[in-house]
Parts: sequence; structure tokens; C-alpha cells
Amino acid sequence: MEVVFRRPAAAISRPKGLKPAASVLVTVSTSSPLSQSQLQLQLQPQQRRPFTFSSLTRPPPNYPGHVPLSFIEKAALAIGSGLMSLRDPRRGDLIAAFAEATATPYFIYRLRDAMLSHPTGRRILRDRPRITSTSLNLPHLRSLPPNTVGRTYVEWLDREHVSPDTRAPVRYIDDEECAYVMQRYRECHDFYHALVGLPTVREGEVALKAFEFCNTLLPMTGLSVFAAGTLKPRERKRFWEVYLPWAVRNGLRAKEIINVYWEEELERDVNDLRAELGIEMPPDMRELRRREREERRRRKAEEEEARRMAAMEAAKAAQGQRQ
Amino acid sequence: MAARPALTRALPHLTSTVLSRSSQYQTSLRSISSLSPLSRTFSTTLPSLDANASTSTSSKPPTPDYAIPDPSRPTHFGFQTVTESEKREKVARVFTSVAEAYDRMNDLMSFGWHRVWKDHFVRTLNPGFSPLTAGPDPRGPQQILDIAGGTGDIAFRMLHTAHVVNRNPDVRVIMSDINRAMLTVGKHRSESLPASQQAALSFLEANAEDLTKARPLVPYPPADPASEEKPFFDPTTATTSIPDNSIDLYTVAFGIRNFSNIPAALREAYRVLKPGGVFACLEFSKADKHPLFNAVYKEWSFRAIPLIGQLVAADRDSYQYLVESIERFPSQEEFRDMILDAGFVIAGEGYEDLTGGVAAIHKGMKPRT
Repeated sequence: MEVVFRRPAAAISRPKGLKPAASVLVTVSTSSPLSQSQLQLQLQPQQRRPFTFSSLTRPPPNYPGHVPLSFIEKAALAIGSGLMSLRDPRRGDLIAAFAEATATPYFIYRLRDAMLSHPTGRRILRDRPRITSTSLNLPHLRSLPPNTVGRTYVEWLDREHVSPDTRAPVRYIDDEECAYVMQRYRECHDFYHALVGLPTVREGEVALKAFEFCNTLLPMTGLSVFAAGTLKPRERKRFWEVYLPWAVRNGLRAKEIINVYWEEELERDVNDLRAELGIEMPPDMRELRRREREERRRRKAEEEEARRMAAMEAAKAAQGQRQ
Repeated sequence: MAARPALTRALPHLTSTVLSRSSQYQTSLRSISSLSPLSRTFSTTLPSLDANASTSTSSKPPTPDYAIPDPSRPTHFGFQTVTESEKREKVARVFTSVAEAYDRMNDLMSFGWHRVWKDHFVRTLNPGFSPLTAGPDPRGPQQILDIAGGTGDIAFRMLHTAHVVNRNPDVRVIMSDINRAMLTVGKHRSESLPASQQAALSFLEANAEDLTKARPLVPYPPADPASEEKPFFDPTTATTSIPDNSIDLYTVAFGIRNFSNIPAALREAYRVLKPGGVFACLEFSKADKHPLFNAVYKEWSFRAIPLIGQLVAADRDSYQYLVESIERFPSQEEFRDMILDAGFVIAGEGYEDLTGGVAAIHKGMKPRT
């Protein structure tokens, strides 16, 4: 029998200047033929960032596409991508870079440890499934019975006129496993949309980010809530009164959504999943927006009508006076 | 003299015939100059008027092996090692991807200083003004070829200097680039020039290593999406060529480090230039004569430039390639020796450092014989 312990990396205090990529893996094996118990200490390789004046000597990459950044570079990337993605939220690549640059220290390790503390999370980390534009069989999902997770997801895709796309690969997170955790979070984002039914308009994205922050604690999600300042006043009011309280209440109460093995849950009843996770559905945003648009249109038509009547009255009065 | 050991160091494949040919040049030039033999000599009279003009170019020397483009010969793409044909493909992808944001990125990366470099480059070349022209008016006709002209910075400056500053309307500029996307951006930008300058400008898709195969610019992206048009020039579709001895001024600015085979491009430049024509190259170079400044410059290059590429152009990898290719480009002395090896004659040191060596202008002249 093998028992595996892993002390949360967040709890390890590490000296300054070293990359916080260390964790201690302790395996206790009692079935070894040679001895009763064997303690093996395996230290994960620590990235020692060389203090050198030449940036031609970057440390070697830990996974394909990895770019190890120094602290100043990471800070500059965080500030630059944060400001520019606030100005133009359609730059998905900058939002992704912002997430990676702000995830360390602490936050991405906390999320990884949350996955490790849960049996499904551990299985996801072992299997490392990827969701790409080709890995989901959409026609099959459409054929599933209604109210299944897969069918809800495809219906949401069709309603929003989007398709599952291959998300940008993670490049700036040094620990290889944490890089996968960030990639998994990024690829499951559309599933979270479908789970709570929020649309892809700016209002819906901000509400979902608030929910994700309360659940995953990634700084990018929390800082994205400041994008609520760019919403229209009506939308901002709705966000403040309805969706933010919903997000906080459900995000804090719900189980970790990062631990959902979506590929296995596709044929399960979606309300069952929501109940298990502890998530209640927010008011249908598209419905609210549509009703508000109609209300505005009706009021504008009434005003137009009233103005025309007043103009006709005035014209008639003037005509009467002349005669 | 000083050239010979430098040449042997830089180009180990040199055969003795090439060395002896260059030494023949040196002796012929030395015989007509009165400078000391230890300094680099240059001619003070027109070689065509010199009675002792050397006849060494009566039989053309064979092109050395390294100057013949070979698609499978290994070369470098930034810090990677690739074959020459792979490098061409990768460079094509880089420039197709950066074409739209190219000018904005240049400004951000050099804080606008690239404009100062280009202005100085064109001003010292002074196109449209050739005092060696026979007759009282020094403004004779000139044909300028701008290689890797891309978005047109040099070509537009040449036209302005020739037509407006020197008031010589007889100067024509051919803008050439292997990448159709870059050349199309240049064509759009040229539409804001005055009509007389636009009339003197023409666009050519060509690979600088073989200017016998070229073709006028085809619109990109293609109007018909089903067509197979690639964003860079395919030599099998060539329709025209640049003849020998037809160009007065050959310029290449910030392009030559991206070529797969630089010696081949230099020899092609030699072929198309008229005798007495000038080869001018503006390129990033080594700033290691100023170590502290060089260290700061390297930090900026390798840390900040890919970051700006990511933020502005959403493309970190292309800008990583650009800074690595600068690192890989030969030094001022080595490149000068490559220019000499192609048959050009140079004046003085042969190069001029700009901004401490961050950029350098190399000039050579095709000798008149």
C-alpha cells in the first residue's frame, strides 16, 4: 500500500529569490520486499533564477512553450496586459496573459492544492484531459436528452452563436502542473457559462468572473470585476443589485468547480450537478435584457406618440386662432 | 594587409584565388593613392581615368560555394539552427504576422529613434544628386532599388529627397520585398504620397538572392479566397527580372539579417549595380564597444521587446526571433569583409556606427573598370 502525502506548497515558506516551485513528495511504502517501510524524499527541482545582467541566459523551459519570466517582467506583463485588456476586452490573449502573470505566488498553488485534496481533482491531474475545438463531439451532445449537462452546454453554444475554440496555451507559469491547472480552468470556462446560464455579453462575463473569483480565487477573475465600471449604467445597476450578490453567495457556498470532470458528467442531469455543487441559477440575463429593451422601446414609442399628439394639438390650436 | 587576416578569420572557406584577387585590387588602388600602405586605401581619382586600371575583372572569378543558395544548407533562425529553405518559410511567417503592426512596433521598440537612423541614412546617400555626372547639372537620372523595402520607409524618404530636396524628378525607385503582406502595407502607405512621387515608385516581389526571378506586386490578401496565393513570393511564378548593370543605388534597411544566404544576396547586388553604383546597408549591429550601454541595450532587447510584441501585436515569438536575429548578425568588421568578398570596394572603415553601434551603415561601390 502506498500512501502519498503532499504538503501544500502554499504552506511552505521559501527563501526570497528562489522560484516558489518546490514541494515535498513523501511516499511511504509498506509492501516493499526489502524493508518494512521505506521513506523516500523526493525534492522537486527548484528553479534558481540566475542573477545575471544578461537576459540571454533565461533558465530552461519546464514544458513546451514555457517562457520563464523574471519578477520585473512578470510585473510589467501583469500591469500592461491588465490595462490593455481593460481598454479592449476582446483581446482574449491579454486576459490569458494577465491571468498567468498574476497567478503566482500563492493563488495558482492554492487552486492546485484544492484539486489535489479532492478525489476527482486528483484524477483530472493524473489524466490531464484537454478540451479543444475538436475534442467534443457536438452532434452527439445535441442528441442527448434535454436537461443533461452536454445538451445544456450545446444549447448554450447555439444560443450564444459561439463554438468551442482551442484556448491559448499557458506560457508564463513556471510549475508544469500549475500550468495544466490554469489551462484546465481556461478550457472549462465555457462549461461554467453553460452551468449558470450567463451569456457572453460583457455583463454576463463580468458576472461570471465575480462568481469564479469567489470560487477559484484567481486574481484575474477578481480584477476583471473592475470591468463593471465599463458597463452601461443600467447594466451596472443590475450587476450591483442582482448578479454580484448572486455571484458572491453562490461562489462562496459552492464546491470547487475546478474539480468537475466535465468529460464524464456530460450525460448527467444538469440540475443534479447544480444541486451537488450547491449552485442556484441566476435570473436569465438575456431574458432580463430583452424585457428591458422592449420596455424602453415601448416607452419611447409612447413618448413619440405623446409628442406627435401635442404637436397636432398645437397646430390645430394655431389654425383655429388664425380662422 | 589588414584586410587579409580579417578576411581569413571571417570566411574560412576562402580560396587563395579570392585572396589574391582582393590583393590585386589593393595594389592597383595603392598605386594611385599616396596614402600609407598600412591604412585602408581608397581612390582619389576616377578609376576609369586611371591609366593603370587593373584588368582583373576581365575574367569573372567563380562564385564560391557558400554564396550559392542551397535550400538544405544549415543556417540560423535566431538561436535555432535550420536549413536555408526552412529559414525562408519561418521568416515569411514572422513578417506576415507582424506586417500590420510593423510601423507601430518599430516606434515602440526604438522610441521612434529608427526614424532618425533612416533619415540619416537617406541624407548621407543624397539620392538625385550625383556630382560625378558629366555636364554642369549634377542631377542626372537615377534608378534606385530598395530591397526588403516592405512598408516603404526608405523608399519614401528617397523619393522625397530626390524629388523635393534635390528637385530631380528623374529618379525612380523600385520597392522590392519577398513578403507580399509587407509590400501591400507599403503600397497602401504610398497612396498618401504626392502623385509625382507615386508615379516614380514601382513594386516588385523578389527574393534578393536571385533577382533574375521577380514579379510585380500581386494584391494580398487575394480577392478570391479560394486561390492558392501565399503571402510571400514564389519564384516559379516569376515574370520579370532585373538586368545586369542597371541600378545606380541598391539599399537594404533592416532586412539583410533575415536573408537565408547573405553572400548570395551581396553577389546579386553586385550583379545588378552599374559600375560606380553604390551598395548601402542599414542594419542592427554590435554595440560592444560600449559595454555598459550594451548590457542595458541587451536587457531592453531581450526582456522588453518580446513583452511589447505580446501586448501590442499579440505575438511574442516573432519579436523574440527579431532580437535573436540581431544577436546572430555578424559584427561590423565581419560584415564589411563579406561586402569586400562580394567584389565591392569600400572607403575608410567601410561602416558607420549609429547610436554607439546599435545600428550601422555599410556602404560599398561596384568598381568601374
